[in-house]
Amino acid sequence: MDEIVIAIGLGFVAGVFAGLFGVGGGILFVPTLIIVFGLGQVEAQATSLLAILPTVAAGTWRQHLYRNVRWRAAAVIGTTAIVGVELGVLAAKALPEATLRRLFGVLMLAIAVQLASRARREVS
Amino acid sequence: MRLVLTGLVAGFFSALFGVGGGIVMVPLLILAARFSERPAMATSLAAIGLIALVGTISYALLGDVHLGYAVVIGLPAAVGAVAGASLQQRLTTPVLTFGFAGLLAAIGIWLLV
Repeated sequence: MDEIVIAIGLGFVAGVFAGLFGVGGGILFVPTLIIVFGLGQVEAQATSLLAILPTVAAGTWRQHLYRNVRWRAAAVIGTTAIVGVELGVLAAKALPEATLRRLFGVLMLAIAVQLASRARREVS
Repeated sequence: MRLVLTGLVAGFFSALFGVGGGIVMVPLLILAARFSERPAMATSLAAIGLIALVGTISYALLGDVHLGYAVVIGLPAAVGAVAGASLQQRLTTPVLTFGFAGLLAAIGIWLLV
C-alpha cells in the first residue's frame, strides 16, 4: 500500500518535469520502478516506456493547445530516433557501462553550461 | 538535416539509458536546430511519444512490460504533465532555460558519482 502511494507521488512529480521541460519522465520512472517495486533494470526500462505514453500524450495535447508543437519536426525526429535506438543498442553491447555513464555525465554537464550561458545572454 | 541528426543522437542515448531521449533532444533542438525553448520542449514531447510507442511494442513482445505498474506511475504522471505544461506557460524563457540547465547538471553529477 505504501509503495503505491509513493509511486503515485513520484509519478506525479515525474509528470510535472515532463510537462515543464519536455522530457518523458523515464529518468525518474526507471529508478522508481527498481527501488519501489523491485523490478529488474530491463523490466523497469520496458515498463517505464509504457508509463511515458500517457505522460507525453497529456503533455503534448496541452502543448498543442498552446501552439508550441512543431508536428513535422516531431515526426522527423521521432522516426530517425528509432534508427538511433538500434545503433544505441549495438553500442551498449560494445562498450562497458561505467564508461558510457561517465561519457554521458560529462556530456550532460557540458550542455548544462552551454544552456546556462545562453540564458544569461538572454537576460542581459 | 539537423532534425535527422537530433533524432539519431536522441534515439542512441535513449537506448543506452532507457529514457525517452528528451534530455538530449531538447538541448539539440535549442542549440543545433535553433528552436526557442517552448517549441523545443513541446516538440520533444511529441517525438518521445513515437519513440516510446515503438519501444513499448518491442519490449511487450518480449514480455518485459508490467501493465499494472505502468498504470500506477503513468496516470499520475499524465496529470502532472498537464500541470507542468501550464506552469511552463507562466515562466519566462530564461527561467525555463536555467531550470533545464539545472536538471541536466544534476543528472550529470548523478551519473559521475
